[in-house]
Amino acid sequence: MKQNNDYMEKMLARKTPSTGGGFSAEGMKRAEALMALYPVKRSALIPMCHLAQGEHGWLTEECIEEIAALVGVSPAEVSGTASFYDMLHLEPVGQYVISVCTNIACMLAGAYELLEAVEERLGIASGQTDKDMRFTLEEAECLGACDTAPCLQVNSRFFGPMNSESFDKLITDLASGALAGVVPPHGVLSRVERVFSLTTKGATDAAQMDTTDAGQK
Amino acid sequence: MRGKNNMLNEPIVTKRMGFEDSYTLERYLATGGYEGLRKALSMTREQVKEEVNKASLLGRGGAGFPAGRKWSMLRQAPTSYLVINGDESEPATFKDHLLVERDPHQLIEGTMIAAYALGVSQAFIFTRGEFALGIERLTAACNEAYEYNAVGKNIFGSDFSVDLVIHPGAGAYICGEETSLIESLEGNRGFPRIKPPFFPAVTGLYGEPTVVNNVETMSNLPWIVLNGGDAFAALGQGSSAGTRLFALSGRVNRPGWYELEMSKTTFRDLIYDKDLGGGIIGDKKIKAFIPGGVSAPWFFEEHLDMGLDQDAVAKAGSMLGSGSVVVMDETTCVVRASWRITRFFHRESCGQCTPCREGSGWLEKIMRRIEEGSGRPEDLDLLMDVCDSIAPGVTWPPQQTTICVLGPSIPSSIASAIRHLRDEFLEHIKLGHCPYEKDHILTGAAR
Ligand SMILES: Cc1cc2nc3c(=O)[nH]c(=O)nc-3n(C[C@H](O)[C@H](O)[C@H](O)COP(=O)(O)O)c2cc1C
Ligand code: SF4
Ligand code: FES
Repeated sequence: MKQNNDYMEKMLARKTPSTGGGFSAEGMKRAEALMALYPVKRSALIPMCHLAQGEHGWLTEECIEEIAALVGVSPAEVSGTASFYDMLHLEPVGQYVISVCTNIACMLAGAYELLEAVEERLGIASGQTDKDMRFTLEEAECLGACDTAPCLQVNSRFFGPMNSESFDKLITDLASGALAGVVPPHGVLSRVERVFSLTTKGATDAAQMDTTDAGQK
Repeated sequence: MRGKNNMLNEPIVTKRMGFEDSYTLERYLATGGYEGLRKALSMTREQVKEEVNKASLLGRGGAGFPAGRKWSMLRQAPTSYLVINGDESEPATFKDHLLVERDPHQLIEGTMIAAYALGVSQAFIFTRGEFALGIERLTAACNEAYEYNAVGKNIFGSDFSVDLVIHPGAGAYICGEETSLIESLEGNRGFPRIKPPFFPAVTGLYGEPTVVNNVETMSNLPWIVLNGGDAFAALGQGSSAGTRLFALSGRVNRPGWYELEMSKTTFRDLIYDKDLGGGIIGDKKIKAFIPGGVSAPWFFEEHLDMGLDQDAVAKAGSMLGSGSVVVMDETTCVVRASWRITRFFHRESCGQCTPCREGSGWLEKIMRRIEEGSGRPEDLDLLMDVCDSIAPGVTWPPQQTTICVLGPSIPSSIASAIRHLRDEFLEHIKLGHCPYEKDHILTGAAR
């Protein structure tokens, strides 16, 4: 299933968030392919933000500008939209974003105790990033894996049930690279690429319509 | 994820869960995959709709509206888009996560059947962004399905063509609400739209008539088409037909997913049966349980013998909602539990409506004050007053004063807890801490 092409290799090689920059040539190609999937270009805005995060680790200003230009809105419109969503980061975040769920099912299984242990192990409080840009810690709402409570995600990959010992092991495995195939850099929802473009006639026609305003209220 | 379905003669949506490779096309085809779509294409659209009508398939996304009725509602224009809701973020719900990650082809097949019945040529599956593995598998399955000609142009040689887009969400509970989902799919902030006029069936995606259905709703369709609506309706009872995927969590020995025949199984079975929930951890007594996601008012011991039936649960003043059951035992601090749920709503309110935005904030503050030991007995009336200002009368189903029903769902947990366990609140206030502190594992600081 995994299409580990050069593009992915490059993303996997990135250890810390980049300091800035726009889409790579390949990334730009993918962004354009995403836009072609929707009857209205703006619908690709959020998927393109994920793509940008895959390349840089966060939503860089340059990528925001490029997305804005592609969709035909202002950069402020893109960053304003992105700011609504928890997964989109307008500031650099660590290589691993650790999200500890403390919602009801996890709480009933000791999630706050887990969060304390995680904070202690990482030396940062939830909402913070360590100075080496390795870890960002967040307290999450229900992640949809309550049967493995208390659970957490690392770059949107699930681990649970967790306790302080299994968390220590997780950190060790992340550091040693043992989990490289399981936990890619965050933001990478593009590890598997869509390989088919739209094929029905109606959709193709619609894709050529320029209706960038229809998506706005 | 662990779970079970062997209480059934024949599971409907979880039959492949035992296979390691359940998400591949190869396994899917080896287990009857895409036969339902082939059969549907040999029928007329009306015939397919009729089977779904006969099945009495209630929407599995929370509101429980019959899928057949949704598809045939009086329309000004033919449906243009089909949008599948896979945003699953209702706390304690994890069934769509399972279906997306472990049987993506079944979801795609169901979606194609619905697209055919509705005559749409463009469908979207909106998948919660945090389900990264699920999105990868769904995308891979979509590629396979195109190649296999189960999606795309002239499906299986018919004159029916439809395109499918797997759309990733980006982390916002409110985007599960269907009009917010549509806003988000259009590339905007996920602010719910005012209904009327923005009923998706009339003015949905890109202003066009749109059907929004849940992932589990779609996943039932291949079986319904293959076996007939009557066979589905023969399971369960009355309007609660078929099986349903229940998500059990909290203080039970065996949390997990369970596919069960509706109505026939009771909450007691689900929680205590040794093959299901396996009873409460440490054989403690039950204090309360949530029957259908944290938006639902709580149930108590006296409700245990009720069947898992949409109408019965509604009549008793709550909802089966997303099919997620959370168990709280005698050592659970109800102040803390209802505070945590309130805090969730406060964090996730989109902020458009004052009662929801401000009300959730006040409730959270007062609850936190009690939890941290500075509560006053008058706070209970204050809490109920605030609840009343969000949902006048604090009834269920609630009165709606806001754009969407997130707002009126906020009081559910607090009102349930205060009405049924008032003494515990007062005790907590008097002691300045939880009366069960020493008994349970919750020692971490609330924040
Ligand atoms: C705040 C809120 C959150 C919701 N979240 C979801 C969700 O995560 N998944 C879902 O399918 N429906 C959710 N719904 C219900 C949808 O609005 C809609 O009724 C449903 O997707 C329709 O599908 P169905 O008829 O197949 O159930 C939510 C509703 C509200 C008010
Ligand atoms: S009720 Fe709450 S979540 Fe719903 S639209 Fe109003 S403010 Fe937003
Ligand atoms: S409550 Fe933690 S994953 Fe659901």
